[in-house]
Amino acid sequence: MSGFRLDQGGRVDRSRSISFSFDGVTYQGFAGDTLASALLANGVLLFGRSFKYHRPRGLLGAGSEEPNALVSVSRGPGRHTPNLRATAVEVYEGLTAKSQNRWPSLKTDLGAINDRLGMFLPAGFYNKTFMWPRSFWDKLYEPAIRRMAGLGEAPTQEDPDHYGAVYAHCDLLIVGAGPAGIDAALEASGTTKRVILIDEQDEPGGGALDDPALWSWLKESLKDLAAAPNVTVLSRTTAFGYYHDNFIGAVERLTDHQAELCSGPREKLWRIRAGEVILAQGAIERPLVFAGNDVPGVMLASAARTFLQRYGVVVGKSVALMAAHDSGWRDAFAHARAGVNVAAIIDVRATVDAELLADAEALGIAVRLAHSVTDVHGRLGVKGITVSPNGGSAESRIACDALLMAGGWTPSVHLWSHSKGSLAWDDALGAYVPDQPNEKVRCVGACSGKWNFGSGLVIDTLPTPRDQSRIKAFVDFQNDVTAKDIHLAVREGFKSIEHIKRYTTTGMATDQGKTSNLNGLQIASQALGRHVTEVGLTTFRPPYTPQTFGALAGHAQGDLFQPTRKTCIDGWAEEHGAVFELVAQWRRARYFPQGGEDMHAAVNRECRAVRSAVGIFDASTLGKIEVVGPDAAEFLNRMYTNPWKALEPGRCRYGLLLREDGFITDDGVSARLAPDRFHLTTTTGGAARVLNMMEDYLQTEWPELDVWLTSTTEQWAVIALQGPMARKVLEPLVEGIDLSPEMFPHMAIREGTICGVPTRLFRVSFTGELGFEINVPAAYGRALWERLMSAGAALGITPYGTEAMHVLRAEKGFIIVGQDTDGTVTPNDAGLDWAVGKKKPDFVGKRSLARPDIAAAGRKQLVGLLTDDPAVVLEEGAQIVADPAQAIPMTMIGHVTSSYWSEALGRSIALAMVEGGRQRMGEMLYVPMPDRVLRVRVSGMVFYDPEGVRLNV
Amino acid sequence: MLLIHCPYCDEARAEIEFAYAGEAHIARPPDPAALSDEDWTHYLFIRSNPRGRHHERWRHIHGCGRFFNAVRETVSDKFEVTYKAGEPRR
Repeated sequence: MSGFRLDQGGRVDRSRSISFSFDGVTYQGFAGDTLASALLANGVLLFGRSFKYHRPRGLLGAGSEEPNALVSVSRGPGRHTPNLRATAVEVYEGLTAKSQNRWPSLKTDLGAINDRLGMFLPAGFYNKTFMWPRSFWDKLYEPAIRRMAGLGEAPTQEDPDHYGAVYAHCDLLIVGAGPAGIDAALEASGTTKRVILIDEQDEPGGGALDDPALWSWLKESLKDLAAAPNVTVLSRTTAFGYYHDNFIGAVERLTDHQAELCSGPREKLWRIRAGEVILAQGAIERPLVFAGNDVPGVMLASAARTFLQRYGVVVGKSVALMAAHDSGWRDAFAHARAGVNVAAIIDVRATVDAELLADAEALGIAVRLAHSVTDVHGRLGVKGITVSPNGGSAESRIACDALLMAGGWTPSVHLWSHSKGSLAWDDALGAYVPDQPNEKVRCVGACSGKWNFGSGLVIDTLPTPRDQSRIKAFVDFQNDVTAKDIHLAVREGFKSIEHIKRYTTTGMATDQGKTSNLNGLQIASQALGRHVTEVGLTTFRPPYTPQTFGALAGHAQGDLFQPTRKTCIDGWAEEHGAVFELVAQWRRARYFPQGGEDMHAAVNRECRAVRSAVGIFDASTLGKIEVVGPDAAEFLNRMYTNPWKALEPGRCRYGLLLREDGFITDDGVSARLAPDRFHLTTTTGGAARVLNMMEDYLQTEWPELDVWLTSTTEQWAVIALQGPMARKVLEPLVEGIDLSPEMFPHMAIREGTICGVPTRLFRVSFTGELGFEINVPAAYGRALWERLMSAGAALGITPYGTEAMHVLRAEKGFIIVGQDTDGTVTPNDAGLDWAVGKKKPDFVGKRSLARPDIAAAGRKQLVGLLTDDPAVVLEEGAQIVADPAQAIPMTMIGHVTSSYWSEALGRSIALAMVEGGRQRMGEMLYVPMPDRVLRVRVSGMVFYDPEGVRLNV
Repeated sequence: MLLIHCPYCDEARAEIEFAYAGEAHIARPPDPAALSDEDWTHYLFIRSNPRGRHHERWRHIHGCGRFFNAVRETVSDKFEVTYKAGEPRR
């Protein structure tokens, strides 16, 4: 034996030496080591500082349950992963890991002062201390707590890695490739079932990896599984959550163990739908609760055996065992047989199996029954232990440099609980075991409570002659919760384990109490004098172990977070320097700056062009629904506030759509093409919502109506030509449509061809100018746009974007649903009573318009606002008050919904929702801003051409 | 993620293909004007929210597009049955 690495044994590849660093020191390990085993082999016992008291901590476990040894691994910019368990980090050449929660160094940590101040940091300390005064929280308490507490540091740079995702379907999913899971897979491999076997470790085997006697069986079994075409074995894959109907989420780690960064995905998210699930997750050994049980070198007996037999590393040169369970004896024997001095076996039980005693004697190990460890000596590592007989006060000291704990076993029922399977308390095991399933799932092996580890005594705290209130005996190692804290919580009146958990924070750390829950529960049960089953059990929730955000986000980030919808004219806009904005998922040209113009200058120029010549606008994003069928007019009549039945083919109508509660949800101009055919338009963002709403009424309320609804949003490109010259541009290109004002009046639709392409030509205006909206099949959109640009060049045709469109419509007082309305605005509130068919007996939302609250006076109404200073443009969203001299908080009577500089008027304009707005015409109101109070006068909503003469050209 | 049986497609599909659409069997009154304010408010806003069997509507929005009804147990989150719109309450 050299150092802590045995000369032989273990599954590590001794021919492949690996160099890595921890806290800046370079060490050597072997291929197959974890960071934990490799550091142990180098004699490193100190892995981290505890969360609250900053106590030195070593390894407690050897797997993903490890609560103490949290490290950060960095491998270049953006590749920084905090809070990894050293027991689950595989070493690779060049691995760079750091300990956490310490300053300035792991051995000398100033935060450790908390340990001395422990009496001032009892359970509920944060709740009790930082409640008052409130103002201290933001500036003092929270920053201080954040500095002191917390685990690793979150990365600050963008993650350069990418992450894959896959859906998988199988007949049988087995979680856990220990002996029980492998047996289940072997059994299923002979069937026609599609089987997936997943395991979180770097190699399958689970508990068999710790037992050399099983290695040849393991090798053969894995060979058989690899040969079975119906079985997929996934290693380094953690099933983190069990969701409805046998849907399991798992993350496969693909590159974190590799020395070279590769181009493939770092991790892959598996979404698995399984016909049946077998959980074979094993069991986790339970620590014992006694003073000093967190000193580095005190660890789970099973973990020590894993280091010994799987990695060929001993955790000390002279180890002692504190047992309440038979399994620990076997772990101690394994150490003795490997040549490690076993200083003593101490068992809290008065009698144990004779065979164990005989084996101990044969190996020359001193045994003390009915004794307990009452203290552990050493701070950065174990130097010895104090042992007392149960119920007695005599103390004797035993020299050792490691102490193994065998407190019995806790079945891993995490995923079973995610699936809402019920649990039953087993008194003999002192543990909850799976009872009734809620999905098609069963547990096999140790996670079902069936194990061959022997038996033990279930004990909440080891007996001690010392004053229990003066010792730190840890229950939750990661959150630094002691037995004393749980007793305190019970004394302060907490009775439910859910409350005790939240008050003491036991089980609330990133390990979710894998090693602490049952001890905490039993201490609470003891303190309350009630059986554990009456104390309750906290709920396990996904994820089983912490997972990266990257794996969960997958490709749904950056440009791929959601689709960007582009019209067929988008490319032209891009080539011509458009500045874009997102409207719902559509990318729309906001303005087209020319020669260094800013937005303001560009929008003013675009507005002038529309008012004086002609503007061209890509309106393709408008939602479009084709409504067809003999009952189409009847259907629209029921849906919209307006009357539709009398609308003649060839005419258009502004439609206003309410929800059943009477509030505006959408609007748009629609055309009747034929008695049984309408071309509806909706707002850009409302298209899907409106279609869903219409389908709902059609399918479920009025299935007798013979109507068909089809989304045609993307079938048509729509180009708006707006301005006094619009007809001149259009005329030479159109065939089959008489464009004269007499034959083609405002709010009419004609079908014909334009440049030889079939068109639905609307004469409509969202600007107040003579206007047309040319619908052509989408594929012709860009070609038509370019033809119109050249045809209109001599007339000064100017492309304009959504910003100018907004200004132009606001000058006319046209609302934008969703900007000037917010889901609580009725037609009357918005000044749209004219669009409500008074004679209609019913339409969606009509009855609600008579509800008392909606008919009441004093509701907010949409009005215009003109600032005293015409140069000032109000901020959208700014609040409005009647009296600026009133005390704060002021009574706010409304807010600005739309506000622009109007180039046509040479002043600012705004729309606002104001209480009783239409009764306030001409009234002076005030808009308080951080630096001043602005004076505004209430006006009508139509600022430009109120008579509408410009339409009639 | 739930598996939901669409009664029109006659297939169990993943929840992401569906959209929830509120409580089922709340028919729009044939003559809303005849209802008192209280009755209309009840129709608009008051829902049963039971612990146990819940009749609810779903739409196979990314599939066939049809609305249908379902009985779901709100404690276990299990679907008891799904059936076509217009069929009697189960």
